[in-house]
Amino acid sequence: MSNNNYFVPHSTRWPMVGCLALFFMAIGLVNILHGEHWGPYILLAGIILLTIMLFGWFGTVIDEGLQGLHSPLMDKSYRWGMVWFIVSEIAFFGIFFMALFYIRMFVVPELGGHWGYPETHTVLWPEFKSAWPLLVTPNPAAFPSIKEVIPVFGIPALNTFLLLSSAVAVTWSHWGLLKNRRSQMLMGLILTIVLGLIFLSCQAFEYGEAYRQYNLTLKSGVYGTTFFMLTGFHALHVTVGLMMLSVVLVRCIKGHFLPEHHFAFEAVSWYWHFVDVVWLFLFVLVYWL
Amino acid sequence: MNFIKRWLFTTNHKDIGTLYLFLSLTMFFIAGAFAMLIRAELLRPGALLFNPEFYNQLVTMHGLIMIFGAIMPAFVGLANWMIPLMIGAPDMALPRLNNWSFWILPFAFGIMLSTFFMQGSAPNFGWTMYAPLSTTYGPKSTDFLIVSIHLLGVSSILGAINIIATILNLRTPGMTLMKMPLFVWSWLITSFLLIAVMPVLAGVVTMMLFDRNFGTSFFTAAGGGDPVLYQHLFWFFGHPEVYIMILPGFGIISEIIPTFARKKLFGYTFMVAAIASIAFLSFVVWAHHMFTTGMTLSAQLFFMYTTMLIAVPTGIKVFNWVATMYKGALTFETPMLFAVAFVILFSIGGFSGLMLAIVPADYQYQDTYFVVAHFHYVLVSGALFSIMAGVYYWLPKWTGHYYNETLGKIHFWLTAIFMNVTFFPMHFLGLAGMPRRIPDYALQFTDFNFIASIGAFVLGFAQLIFLYNIFSCIWGGKTAPVCAWEGAQGLEWTVPSGLDHA
Repeated sequence: MSNNNYFVPHSTRWPMVGCLALFFMAIGLVNILHGEHWGPYILLAGIILLTIMLFGWFGTVIDEGLQGLHSPLMDKSYRWGMVWFIVSEIAFFGIFFMALFYIRMFVVPELGGHWGYPETHTVLWPEFKSAWPLLVTPNPAAFPSIKEVIPVFGIPALNTFLLLSSAVAVTWSHWGLLKNRRSQMLMGLILTIVLGLIFLSCQAFEYGEAYRQYNLTLKSGVYGTTFFMLTGFHALHVTVGLMMLSVVLVRCIKGHFLPEHHFAFEAVSWYWHFVDVVWLFLFVLVYWL
Repeated sequence: MNFIKRWLFTTNHKDIGTLYLFLSLTMFFIAGAFAMLIRAELLRPGALLFNPEFYNQLVTMHGLIMIFGAIMPAFVGLANWMIPLMIGAPDMALPRLNNWSFWILPFAFGIMLSTFFMQGSAPNFGWTMYAPLSTTYGPKSTDFLIVSIHLLGVSSILGAINIIATILNLRTPGMTLMKMPLFVWSWLITSFLLIAVMPVLAGVVTMMLFDRNFGTSFFTAAGGGDPVLYQHLFWFFGHPEVYIMILPGFGIISEIIPTFARKKLFGYTFMVAAIASIAFLSFVVWAHHMFTTGMTLSAQLFFMYTTMLIAVPTGIKVFNWVATMYKGALTFETPMLFAVAFVILFSIGGFSGLMLAIVPADYQYQDTYFVVAHFHYVLVSGALFSIMAGVYYWLPKWTGHYYNETLGKIHFWLTAIFMNVTFFPMHFLGLAGMPRRIPDYALQFTDFNFIASIGAFVLGFAQLIFLYNIFSCIWGGKTAPVCAWEGAQGLEWTVPSGLDHA
């Protein structure tokens, strides 16, 4: 074979642990939704298995990397893998943005009689007035009205500032790594994580406000639906990003990375920038316009 | 114990390819059994065997299992087996991830099939899972279906990432992109499609899960949402998905026809470009599934024209396959028979697709048996025939033995003839107005339904020959040389055959 230096592991048990983890998580989640009392235990078992799998699998790969088994060719495979994983994430967020776009541009105007078939308006809910943000839903008895939406130049603007700063911080940290300035690398990474944590706290506070003060909830019609699903999935990705950054921080402290060989660091920073760009779209399309 | 360890923990692309193919074969027979039950119920008018509720569940599961369980894993299995051999790679680029992509599937299908035994029974709204049938009116087991689809999505995305990384990174020196075998090209492009649209499906079923359980209103007009939004999002996944199920088939046929015509493939560059443009067009045609949902006229026209445009690259492909055969030294072993039948019968499916693309005609055909006839021509005589052609073609490479040629030919002729007996009358039924997804029908449809059911039974039982032929080839048979076919080109025919971890 032509690629003698490509390391192929002989066998692995981590994927099977991962399968069981996903299986238990899926079954546990549905059983919680169906009100079975043992649902949470199954979900917990799944999450524990997933944690074991992540530590085991990544631990093995890190060990192999430290033993020098990762050739430049393999490094490139990992890079392609991460790039296409992020592309799939873009597609996932893309479909939620498409739903938002379609609802704002077509569905709400049609329900209000401004577009499409006028019968939709006159027959279904003649009282309904189309607007965005949609405070009063077509059937307020089933989907209660929102008092107010989150003001854009409050917490959301602050959050934009926080995430953009954290993106600068992670890049600054990367420069530190490239130029072998250890303290710059560590400081930058810690700063990134701290900014991310403040972002998440702000987001949690904002959700609390929305539920308590504004009556803006998942159940308050399509504005609440799109608002919480888009920002919620983003917050989930920030959380995952923070976990990844923490692992990378530990590895930085242990001195795993060399200026010429640090794929994990770069992969995580790509992911962090991706999360950042998604936020910019959220800020403009969900909070602002 | 060693046996279990070997298959459970394997990182070898041949092992994993084999696992994919066996899973696919199992699912093919399970979903095939559902089809037999469906055709048995439709043998004569009236309620024959079971209640309409169960009929709906069978239709739903037949579709889901055939698509996600039989066709897709078969193509991924072929990719796992053949791509590393064809491009001279040591294995797949990410071997551990490869194991995970496969082993998620049995768990996902376990969950999906277990819904049959749940309280309130299995999902019954068709494989398209339209809201509000699946949200407001779906049985409780729908939530299990949703999470199993999430698992399938994870598996497909990871598998596609792996295939792309392998193709882009592990080609042997000198194999530039434009020297790659067409099967590899078709999989490179299919992987792009998978990465772009499997997250879309995951997102859509997530919305469904939230509408069902958390009071969101994506698909509820009372909250400002729209059930038609579901259809838009689903078909934005769904149309690229149908090309995911045919493009690797194009690749297989483009490998087989040159081998048995003993000629180079005609118009290689155009074949690559045609796959790429079909893939691109697949993203801008989705609403042709929704002409009767009350779209604006301009939108209907747009989707009609883009859909018809797909006939151009598809026509190029059919023309080039025929031109490859023209003046070739043709022989008709089983893979070639399936390949030739593919070219002819897939074209019929393509033509009925063109008829469906015409907006005013579609108002008549929508939701009739004409649609059923159309997509079975492209999926059975298209996707499935290409898989069978590929299996017969590469079995000597996988096992080191030839399959039984006589049985292969019998299998082919029974399949090809009774495929037409089953599905051709459905065109007439649809044009005469018989709706899809009904367990009973008006008396004037009796004769054609009877013919279709008889055809389906023979078609179904003929597949047992396939099963027997595969297993007898694994356990023995005439030893095949490294290059099993006289006219075969390509790197896979220069490496030793069999499952040995070379």
